[in-house]
Amino acid sequence: MTVLCLVELDEGRVADASLRALRLARDLAGPAASLAVAIAPPADPAALGTEGPVLAELGDQGVATVLLLETDGLAPGAYAPAALARGLASATAELGAVLVLAPANTHGQEILGHLAAIADLPFVANCTTATWEEPGVLTLTRQRWGGSLLEDARLAAPAALLSVATDAVTPAPAVTPTTPTVLVHRYRVEAGELDVVATTEPGESGGVALSNARVVVSGGRGVGGPEGFGELEELARLLGGAVGVSRVVTSLGWRPHREQVGQTGTKVTPELYLACGISGAVQHLAGCQGARHMVAINTDADAPIMARADYAVIGDVSEVLPVLVREVRARKERAGR
Amino acid sequence: MELLVCIKRVPMVGGRIAVTADGLAVDTKMLGFTVSPHEECAVEEAIRVTERHGGSVTVLTLGPPEAAEQLRDALALGAHRAVLLETDGREWGPAATAAAIVAAIRDREATAGRFDLLLFGNEAADSADYQVGIRVARALGLPCVTAVKQLEADPAGGPEGAAGRLVARREHRGATEAFAVALPAVVTVKEGINLPRYPSLPGRMRARKAPLDTAAASFTPDPLERRKLRVPTSDRKGAEILGRGPDAVPALVDLLDEMGVLA
Ligand SMILES: Cc1cc2nc3c(=O)[nH]c(=O)nc-3n(C[C@H](O)[C@H](O)[C@H](O)COP(=O)(O)OP(=O)(O)OC[C@H]3O[C@@H](n4cnc5c(N)ncnc54)[C@H](O)[C@@H]3O)c2cc1C
Repeated sequence: MTVLCLVELDEGRVADASLRALRLARDLAGPAASLAVAIAPPADPAALGTEGPVLAELGDQGVATVLLLETDGLAPGAYAPAALARGLASATAELGAVLVLAPANTHGQEILGHLAAIADLPFVANCTTATWEEPGVLTLTRQRWGGSLLEDARLAAPAALLSVATDAVTPAPAVTPTTPTVLVHRYRVEAGELDVVATTEPGESGGVALSNARVVVSGGRGVGGPEGFGELEELARLLGGAVGVSRVVTSLGWRPHREQVGQTGTKVTPELYLACGISGAVQHLAGCQGARHMVAINTDADAPIMARADYAVIGDVSEVLPVLVREVRARKERAGR
Repeated sequence: MELLVCIKRVPMVGGRIAVTADGLAVDTKMLGFTVSPHEECAVEEAIRVTERHGGSVTVLTLGPPEAAEQLRDALALGAHRAVLLETDGREWGPAATAAAIVAAIRDREATAGRFDLLLFGNEAADSADYQVGIRVARALGLPCVTAVKQLEADPAGGPEGAAGRLVARREHRGATEAFAVALPAVVTVKEGINLPRYPSLPGRMRARKAPLDTAAASFTPDPLERRKLRVPTSDRKGAEILGRGPDAVPALVDLLDEMGVLA
């Protein structure tokens, strides 16, 4: 029995979202089964060499086999969801895999969606836990409403696809590390599967990507207007982080939608989430519940955000932030950082 | 251009979601209904395409008889036709939903001609299955782009025999992914692609009287069998107050240092 997990690389390492999916995949593989991963050939072939960190990282995760999905007409590093799903279908068949997992982000879910249609399999999105009730029957929990509600369910199917809610599962190494075997898995695409290929254009923000930021400095209605975000940008820059915002801020046109955190925005899993003038509606928390630490700055000590935050400063953002920026800058200068 | 937009009726849950006593459904007794913000944007985008290039927008939903309300909301905004695939109120899984939509599309296309562009919300607000649009695209043999936040449709472009072409863009790790595909195509859109308009009074009057094209949809159970819905609980004790106003800043900076985010 094999459990297969789709893995993506990010700057020459296993992407954080993939590590989270691997955690659940490994638990499902258990000692009795083997854990395999499928990877699209990276733009830099050295990334998967013995010198690079990727194989060691996958070994730490207990991965037995790494399948490199290769096909004619798709260059290394290129992203074509329908083709990659075909590769995954072919790998699944060859390995006799009973489960295929991927992170519940755009690439992971899009590819699983295609695979579900190709192989006519059930695809359960946003799973937070899954265990075998008996062979062929899973007991699982998945997020609904962006994670504001959980669904406990039973899935009886000879094979299935699961996407893993990245904000609910934290990465962890395997008890017993492995030395993965890398195999090239060649597959053939069908008509039209190379018609949708991504071209990457440089980002508009130029700064740290919100989805993987270690620090997110987030502002809501309480920031008062577009001008107020200057201080948030400066603080984000000093902390090597990204600016996030609430939906009120994007619908008022104060900031672009790509910065929105929440159910209909981006999900973030930073070390620190600093919520400035944000009330903490469930739809907003749906995007930041995976933060390791949360700090709120809010005039209202009874705002719902206070229930989720670890620490809070009760005060006006426009008064607290300038002092905070000054103090952080001074502290960094003193430490020579 | 001929466009189809698929939407789903969902309750307007507020700050906290209430579950029925048997734990099997969201308690909607006190709630109004709407569609996901992604789908509001899909309807808006479709109307904008027809405002630029001509043509018409058909909205389709699979849902209970009450879902007529969501179809009329879309008609009030400027959609031209509405199709209700009527269920008995039970919740449908994504594979069965996609199959019913595919059958309805084939049906309509047999008499009324092809749709050039099929829009979906990227994921429904409640179930977020992320697959109905993709399953429909594959069943119809159409290209599909998901998570789209910018769309340019060009009915004159594209290769020989195509109904035009489109360029769709989305965010990916701080950069932009762009896709150029020939029409007809399926696109699932996200909030942020546009700011939806509000309905006009004449629009609402028109929608109230507009005919809906209704067909019965027969239920197929999903392999995912629900046991219980529950609101996540937390063992958090609430925020520790560091202080009030700017005076609290030194304590906050100490904390940031401890967290290791100052380096
Ligand atoms: C289907 C659906 C999806 C949604 N998706 C999202 C989403 O993805 N992301 C999202 O954010 N929201 C989302 N929402 C909206 C969400 O419900 C809230 O309306 C929104 O998050 C509120 O934004 P806010 O906290 O900035 O504003 P408010 O709720 O108005 O809160 C402002 C806060 O600022 C504080 N404040 C005011 N002035 C100051 C000051 N000078 N200094 C300090 N504090 C101050 C107030 O005490 C208050 O707590 C969604 C809603 C729905 C229905």
